[in-house]
Amino acid sequence: MNEETKFMLKKIAFYTFIFTVVAWIIIPIIISTLYGFSIKEDYYNPEKILPTTFTVKYVKTLLITLGALDGIKNSVIVAVMTIAISFILGIPAGYAVAKFIFPGKDTIKLSIVALRMFPIPVMAIPLVILYIRLNLIDTLFGVALAHTAMALPFVVLITSSIFAGVSKELEEAAMVFGLTRLGSFFKITLPLALPGLAAAAMFTFVMSWNEVFVASILTLSQRTLPAQILSIMAGASGGAAPDYYKFAAAFIMILPAITFIFFARKYLVTMWGITLK
Amino acid sequence: MKIKSSYLPYFLVLPAFAYLLFFVGYPLVQALYIAFTQNGQLSLATVRKTFADPYFWEALKYTIALAGVIVPSQVGLALILALGVNRVFKGKDFTIYALTIPLTISDVAAGLIWYSMLSPSGFLNKLLLNIGIINNPIYFFGYQYRHMEFLAIVLAELWRATSIVFVIIFAGLQMISQEYIEAAEVFGADYWTRLKKIVIPLLKPSIQSALIIRTLFAMQIFGIVWILAGRDIPILAGEGFYRLTELKEYDVASIYALVIAGLSILLGALYIKFMKAEYLEVKR
Repeated sequence: MNEETKFMLKKIAFYTFIFTVVAWIIIPIIISTLYGFSIKEDYYNPEKILPTTFTVKYVKTLLITLGALDGIKNSVIVAVMTIAISFILGIPAGYAVAKFIFPGKDTIKLSIVALRMFPIPVMAIPLVILYIRLNLIDTLFGVALAHTAMALPFVVLITSSIFAGVSKELEEAAMVFGLTRLGSFFKITLPLALPGLAAAAMFTFVMSWNEVFVASILTLSQRTLPAQILSIMAGASGGAAPDYYKFAAAFIMILPAITFIFFARKYLVTMWGITLK
Repeated sequence: MKIKSSYLPYFLVLPAFAYLLFFVGYPLVQALYIAFTQNGQLSLATVRKTFADPYFWEALKYTIALAGVIVPSQVGLALILALGVNRVFKGKDFTIYALTIPLTISDVAAGLIWYSMLSPSGFLNKLLLNIGIINNPIYFFGYQYRHMEFLAIVLAELWRATSIVFVIIFAGLQMISQEYIEAAEVFGADYWTRLKKIVIPLLKPSIQSALIIRTLFAMQIFGIVWILAGRDIPILAGEGFYRLTELKEYDVASIYALVIAGLSILLGALYIKFMKAEYLEVKR
């Protein structure tokens, strides 16, 4: 075997590997989407590997009759509130960590990360009792408060690395020309940090959109999409929805997530590289 | 004026810190109170009740078993993927995009997607039946097929959460200076030697953080199991959820939550220890 064939074989093996990996990720998404729109006769026909007749019936039923549309609305409201609260609290903290040197800084940073590791069920179960007392149970605001606790450490870390990337000279120059520290923050630092902050906001959105445990426990009538899907699809007592509704549900849930990652993909590696360093 | 500015950073950090402290501290105290008192008296009755339930031990066993199977496979797989993708080739951007898609897919959605692959009338069964590899569908779901349910959860979780490990390791890989590798090449080290002596050791911090972050989240595994297996495969978070929402047993649910917290704190301590080790290495 000469060098050239060896090289070609290696190349073929490599592309087979890449192809397999991409297929492994993408095929389940395509299949469940196809099934979500197929008629149930096609799905239960053992001869038909892929459906050929399509319908929007199940997606429609799920959205309207089973209330997934309300779930989507609730999810969006919770996610937007989560972004708002966690940014109001997180941006000043992120700025402080990025731009000041002060005693105890490392400890504070580490504690913020450590608090993030606190498991969600522990947070959620006792919160029920507090929420009943505060009349926050079954409210979207209550869920948003809990989601903020989840997203806030992430917002602090990511904003601090974004602010650290904005050069100090620009701020100092602005202050020399008469702006206060606050003024230079709003006129110089914030606009420069905006794209990164937008990416962080999108990520917070997806985190809240996907969270199911807290949302399921803290709400009953005002459910977010995943909480609602969970209760329709897998009632704890075993009352599960027919298969074709499951596929329709999968489609509704992944659509915004996939759209997000398409827009935010160039930030992803750097964002996680930074936050998890 | 100077005093004011030295207080400023604390003033800025305080709201976020207090918020987090409240949302972690209050529930923790409350959980301890509910779990260890009865009618205002200190009592171990709830603990005894929980420990006497075979479901508790099953849940503990399955939670640890799932983490034990899933996490090492994910790290191994992600390492291979990251090393494979970390070179110049046609379609690189698309491959990385595809690999990161599951990052944003929730556990509930991933469970539903894999149900469509593995259900009796699902894609895999139909494909294998029509090719003629099998004569009867493979059953993945139902109490009598618990082992297959376990496998289905592992497959779905590998599909969903390997991408986060991939991103962490891939980011670590890109931070390794090309000079080290070139130097090794000059001295005649082949690919495997370079991998073993340079890349893997430099990648150790990334691998460690990926390993521990994934283990922590594996302790709270919930949605994917609930969708694919329900209570056929009991897990800690699932049992806590069931006790709370179906039986309204706040006290028992709190014990489940505290066990998850205990396991997480144990792993978190490990995490901080590893982080420190890494910090010293960088300093040296």
